[in-house]
Amino acid sequence: MVEPDRKDPPIMAIDRDGLDALIQCLAHDGYQVIGPRVENSAVVLGPVAGVADLPKGWTDEQAGGHYRLVADGRGEDGALFGFTLAAQGWKRYLHPPRTRLWQAHREGRSWRVEAEDAAPRYAFLGVRACELSAIHVLDRVFDNGQFTDPGYAKRRGGTFIVAVNCGRAAATCFCASMATGPKAEAGFDLALTELSDSASARFVVEVGSRAGAAVLTGIPHGPATAADIAAAERAVANATAQMQRAAGGREMVDDAAGVLSRNVEHPQWDKVAARCLGCGNCTAVCPTCFCTSMEDTTDLSGDVAERWRRWDSCFTLDFSYIHGGSVRRATASRYRQWITHKLSYWHEQFGTSGCVGCGRCITWCPVGIDITEEARTLAESEGRT
Amino acid sequence: MDSAAPSIRLPAGDPMLPRLFRIERVKKELSDTFTMEITPADGGPFHFRPGQFNMLSAFGVGEVPISISGDPGAPDVLVHTTRVVGSVTAAICALKPGDTIGVRGPFGSHWPVEDARGADVVFVAGGIGLAPLRPAIYQIMADREHYGNVVIFYGSRTPEDLLYRHELQRWRGRFDMSTEIIVDRATGHWGGRVGVVTKLIRGGGFDRHHAVAFVCGPEVMMRFAVETLGECGVTGDRVYLSMERNMKCALGFCGHCQYGPSFVCRDGPVYRYDAIERLFNVWEV
Repeated sequence: MVEPDRKDPPIMAIDRDGLDALIQCLAHDGYQVIGPRVENSAVVLGPVAGVADLPKGWTDEQAGGHYRLVADGRGEDGALFGFTLAAQGWKRYLHPPRTRLWQAHREGRSWRVEAEDAAPRYAFLGVRACELSAIHVLDRVFDNGQFTDPGYAKRRGGTFIVAVNCGRAAATCFCASMATGPKAEAGFDLALTELSDSASARFVVEVGSRAGAAVLTGIPHGPATAADIAAAERAVANATAQMQRAAGGREMVDDAAGVLSRNVEHPQWDKVAARCLGCGNCTAVCPTCFCTSMEDTTDLSGDVAERWRRWDSCFTLDFSYIHGGSVRRATASRYRQWITHKLSYWHEQFGTSGCVGCGRCITWCPVGIDITEEARTLAESEGRT
Repeated sequence: MDSAAPSIRLPAGDPMLPRLFRIERVKKELSDTFTMEITPADGGPFHFRPGQFNMLSAFGVGEVPISISGDPGAPDVLVHTTRVVGSVTAAICALKPGDTIGVRGPFGSHWPVEDARGADVVFVAGGIGLAPLRPAIYQIMADREHYGNVVIFYGSRTPEDLLYRHELQRWRGRFDMSTEIIVDRATGHWGGRVGVVTKLIRGGGFDRHHAVAFVCGPEVMMRFAVETLGECGVTGDRVYLSMERNMKCALGFCGHCQYGPSFVCRDGPVYRYDAIERLFNVWEV
C-alpha cells in the first residue's frame, strides 16, 4: 500500500502534450505502457505509444448484454477518457489468462525443474477507481498470509499506475454503492481527472507516490488552478450522481454479504438458472475473478514438460469435478457459487467484497443478468417473509 | 514507500515447484488401488500431520491431491495410497521403483490427534477413506496409554474392496483396540457383517459423552455417519471429517476447492463438523 506523504502534495495540471510526454517518459524508464485503445469497435487495453493511440472522442453505451461505442461529437476536442471501462480489465496483465509456471527436463529416470522468472514491467494508464480496488483485491488473493504467488508478486511489484477518475458513469456502473469509486483515493502513482468541460483539454494531476512525483518532474506541468480543481470535483460528483438509484442509476443492496449468506437455499436460484447460459463471460470480464486450472504438456519427444496455469470459470461443469462426477451439476448451484462467493464468502476469505461495482458482468452477460438485481431480489424476498 | 505498488513478499521458495521424490516400493492393494513408498531425491525427512495431503505430479501428465497414508512417526519414507481414477493417477500407478515423482506439500489441516488425548477415539472409514485415517491410527497407537478406547469402524462395498487387509487383520488381533468391519455386499467366503457402517456405530464400544470421532469416506457415507454419531451422543463439536473437492493448486489460488467460505486445501480437508454443519446438507455446495 501507499504510505501517504507527510503533507498532501500540491495538485498539478497537465495538458495533452503533458500526457503524451508522460507516456514517452514511462516508456523511456523501461515500462511497457498499457492503456485504452479502440479495437474491434470496443475500448480494450493494449500497448499505447502516445496520446494518439487513446480512444479520443469515444464514449461507451453499456447496459445488460449491451455495449456500443458512440462518438462524443466533439471532434478534435473529444475526450480521451470519455468512455467508462475497457471491455476487459487489468487482470489480464497482472494475472494473465495463460502463464507458464515451470518447465521440466527429463534426465534419465529423474527430471530437472526450472522456474519461470521473467516478469514484464508495466505502466498502467487509465486505471479507474473500481479497477484500482480490484487490483487491491487481487493483491490479497495472491498473498493470502500462508502463500504468495511469486509470478503475481513480481508483475505487481513493478507496476506503475496512472489512475483516471471518472467524470461519468455507464448505466451498468455501481461503484458508488460499493464504496470503490468513482474517484481513486489511494494506491496510484499518479491520478488524472480529465477536464472535459474546459476549453483547452487539461488534466488535474494528483501525486500518490514518490515514483509518481519523480515522473511528473520530467514532463511539462504546472499548478492546477482553483477553477481546475473545482471542475475536477464536479466531474466526479457528476459520475456519483448518475449512479444513484433514485436518479435511474444502479446500486448494490445494503448488506449484500448477509443477504447471500442467508439465502443459500432459495427458489430464486432456479429462476436465474433458467436465464443463465453458464458461459462464464462474467468470470472472464470480472476484474477480481481469479480461478485457474492447470495444464501439463510435453513436447513431441516427451522429454520436456511444462505446467501452465490458465483462467478457469466456476460456471463450467468440469470446475467442480472429482472422481465420480461434478459437485455442482446444476447451473443453479454454479450461479449461486459465483454470486455468493463474490458478494459474501469473499469477505470471510479476504476481508473485502469480491465485487467492486464495475458492472462488466452485467454488460457482457449475453442475457443481461444483473448482479445487483439478483441480490436485490433475494433481499426483497427476505422482507416479504 | 516509493511507488504505489505494494510490497508483496516474494516467497522463499516457489510454492508451485514440485520437489522430486524417488519411488522406492509399489504395492498393489486392490484391483485399482496401490500404495507407494517414496523418498526425497534431495534427502531429508518429510514431516507431516495425520490427515494432510500432498500434490503428486506425473511428468508431463498432471498433478493430483492425494492424502498421506503413512506413519508420521517414520518421516524418512513418504507413503501414499492411490486409486486409479483418471489419467494422472494412472500415470503415477505406472511408475516403477527408481522412477521420479513430483511432490508439493504437505498441505491442509489435520486430525486433532493430540487434542483427543484422554478421550475414546472412534474412526469411521468408508472405502479408500481408511487411507487418510491411517496416519492418525498409527500416531494414536504409538501413544496408546494417553487414549481411552480406540475403535475403528470400517465399511467397504465388498470384501474384495477392503484396503490394508493384512493390517486390518493385525489390528483385529490386538487387545488394545477394536476393529469392526462391514461390507455392503457379501461375496465369496465372507463370514463377517453385511450392511452399512452406521450399523457398526450403533453397536457402540465407546463412551458417548467423551468420544471423539474421525470420519472419512464418500460424502453420502459421512452424512449418515455424522447423523448416527449424533444419535449415539457424539455431538458435532467432537466429530471431525475430511472433505474432498477438486484441487488444482493447494495454495488457495485456483479457487476450485471452495466449500462455502472455506478453501478445502487450506481450511480443510479436516473440518470439525459443527464448523461446516450449515452447508453440509445443502445441495451441490
